[in-house]
Amino acid sequence: MVLSENQIWQWLEDVSDPEIPVLSVVDLGVVRHVDINHDHPIVTITPTYSGCPAMNEIEENIRKKLKEEGLETIEVKTILSPAWTTDWMTEKGKHKLQEFGIAPPEGSSADKSVLFGKAKQVTCPKCKSTNTAMISQFGSTACKSLYKCEDCKEPFDYFKCI
Amino acid sequence: MQNELLQYTLRLGDNALILGQRLAEWCGHGPILEQDIALSNIALDQLGQARMLMQYAAELKGGESTEDKMAFFRDVTEYNNLLLLELENGDWGKTIARQFLFDTYNYFLYTELLNSKDDQIRAVAQKAIKEITYHAQWSAEWVIRLGDGTEESHERIQNAINDLWEWTGEMFAMDAIDEAMLEAGIGADLNKIKADWHEKASMILDMATLEKPEADWFQSGGKQGEHTEYLGFLLAEMQHLPRMYPEASW
Repeated sequence: MVLSENQIWQWLEDVSDPEIPVLSVVDLGVVRHVDINHDHPIVTITPTYSGCPAMNEIEENIRKKLKEEGLETIEVKTILSPAWTTDWMTEKGKHKLQEFGIAPPEGSSADKSVLFGKAKQVTCPKCKSTNTAMISQFGSTACKSLYKCEDCKEPFDYFKCI
Repeated sequence: MQNELLQYTLRLGDNALILGQRLAEWCGHGPILEQDIALSNIALDQLGQARMLMQYAAELKGGESTEDKMAFFRDVTEYNNLLLLELENGDWGKTIARQFLFDTYNYFLYTELLNSKDDQIRAVAQKAIKEITYHAQWSAEWVIRLGDGTEESHERIQNAINDLWEWTGEMFAMDAIDEAMLEAGIGADLNKIKADWHEKASMILDMATLEKPEADWFQSGGKQGEHTEYLGFLLAEMQHLPRMYPEASW
């Protein structure tokens, strides 16, 4: 079989995010490039948040998966620029988040104001009500904030836009 | 120029690391669960930013240098963070006041650094500004909540702002390294940031029904390695393990 970049992208679909296992690293948008025009394939990734503790594990999991597929020598490069944005999350990824019970990022990341940005209107992933309120900007992981639904009364995570 | 860039990068990294370490002391002690989590999140962002900057500093320094050596094997006088950030946490009001004074500064600083001519500083700024924006929102909202809250919360946050004010002047004091970096198009113009900062601070303090202190004397020295007694204790706790067991690993 001739190795193609597409094939590697497909394999990477099986590598999940350690903190949100329902998402693959491709859905999340942390894999930026796959390049096979070198001695060995190079996979370039970028962190979601500066302090994201999952980055090392993501790198290890990518190596492990590609090794299983027979790629002994690969390079995983980390880049900071351009900075990761929730705009890179795939539609499929957003749908999977919703089904998992996490409200996906709403709209584009561009509308954030410096102070007192109005909390976004977020749809409850359980009952689909838009009658929801933010409990805290900061949630169980760096990438999420905590919301509650005023109708079904369930608290839920919202994957915030950056 | 290489040395000035190294010092400049370390100042940014030390600010992030020392504040992150201080905020981490709140973990498990926050007044309510959501705010405990909020502070831990902010601490983690600061630590992440510190890592990116210290990796770069280690690269600039070259030789055997690593991010861990930068963080764990430099002594008090080799740290270049702002004095404000090494002060003890105090009560919730003091922690919030410090966070507000610094976040607002950091927001304007990193906004300027988005245009830095140094590729790596610019890349870190592009990443960090998204996080710092959330921090600045959060701490400003808390200043207003406490200032415009109960009699006691008002008194405590006002006292904290008054006590911390003398530590804010250092943020805007340009020294030879700042001048050289500004000249090179790498660093920020702190005079511009000072004006933006005062405008924003006045607006928020006003909304919070708080008095803006008037002081014309400020503490300084942190950027040049002269610190308060507090930093030594902080470093002792942060550094003791890698210093006792230099080969320790996960």
